[in-house]
Amino acid sequence: MLLELFLGFLKVGCFAFGGAYGAIPLIRDVVLSYGWMGDEELTYLIAVSESTPGPIMVNLATYVGSSQAGFLGAATATLAVVFPAFCIILLITAVLKTAVKNKYTQAVLRGLKPCIAGIILATGTNMIVSHCFISFPSIQPDIRNIAIVFLLAIAMAIWKKRFQKRLSPLLLILLSACFGVVVYGI
Amino acid sequence: MFFTFMKIGAFTFGGGYAMISIIEDICVDKKQWISHDDMMNVTIIAESTPGPIAINCATFVGYQQAGLAGALSATLGVVLPSFFIIFLISLFFERFLEIRLIANGFKGVKVAVGILIWNGAVSMIKKMQKKALPMAIMAGSFGAMVFINLFSRNVSTVSLMLIAGAVSLTVFILRDLYK
Repeated sequence: MLLELFLGFLKVGCFAFGGAYGAIPLIRDVVLSYGWMGDEELTYLIAVSESTPGPIMVNLATYVGSSQAGFLGAATATLAVVFPAFCIILLITAVLKTAVKNKYTQAVLRGLKPCIAGIILATGTNMIVSHCFISFPSIQPDIRNIAIVFLLAIAMAIWKKRFQKRLSPLLLILLSACFGVVVYGI
Repeated sequence: MFFTFMKIGAFTFGGGYAMISIIEDICVDKKQWISHDDMMNVTIIAESTPGPIAINCATFVGYQQAGLAGALSATLGVVLPSFFIIFLISLFFERFLEIRLIANGFKGVKVAVGILIWNGAVSMIKKMQKKALPMAIMAGSFGAMVFINLFSRNVSTVSLMLIAGAVSLTVFILRDLYK
């Protein structure tokens, strides 16, 4: 179990380019394929990680590890997710100062960035669509979730017009919790 | 250094990019551990290497200031606060969800997470170069990912990334040769 956690999150740590949002599709991929957690629980977790301080990837690793194998699991998963980044940065600052500026490295990175953007976009779209429609027993709209998406979209639009900037993730999560209480309460 | 980064780890909400601006404020302006130019470089390196951006920055600043020991203590400092906070939450979270009001709240939050991820993708795409190749790779990986999700194929996102990297490198080399 601990070895699986270590390997799974090592993979996340090695391939999570582009910060937290780049890591989410990967973590979903790893967590769902090992069967550590259901999709629903993982989505709750992403929200919790967004609303607590610290790097989102580390937060997710800690929680998944802890839920699977207690304190040791949490420590293992966290270590695994941090380890590649730590080593790579050490290597770059100590030895390969020019490696990042190398034209071939840059060429690979230029391919990776749009690919990650596409993967994240697909993950987000998939999540929104799967919340708005119940696929079992037959495909039909989930009116409550559609209402929440609608309310959130309005709130975001108003906020952007009023303050000229995006609603912060923390506020968006708090607001969505209020909408959830109201919409699912009635 | 350990305690400074612990403070950064404990009080930064919102992940990597929020943390970069705070690290800049503390390490460049207040403590003057590294120069502004170096900070710019780290940001670029952090974006081009895998792993949490905050970890990348902490490791870099720590190493510049005090070698391996510095890198270790800065990285540990950033990770420890959130590690303990989340560990505590993980012990109570499931019981917490049994309360109906909170469960309902989280059903709303679930919807917001999808929107958040979508927003993150959109701002990444806005920052992208609007050229044929990146747009094609973006569209291709989006399509592939939708396909994988729809038919629940077991293809890892890592393989998509490897393909994209390889395609971009090949095109670059071919263009080089053509010139």
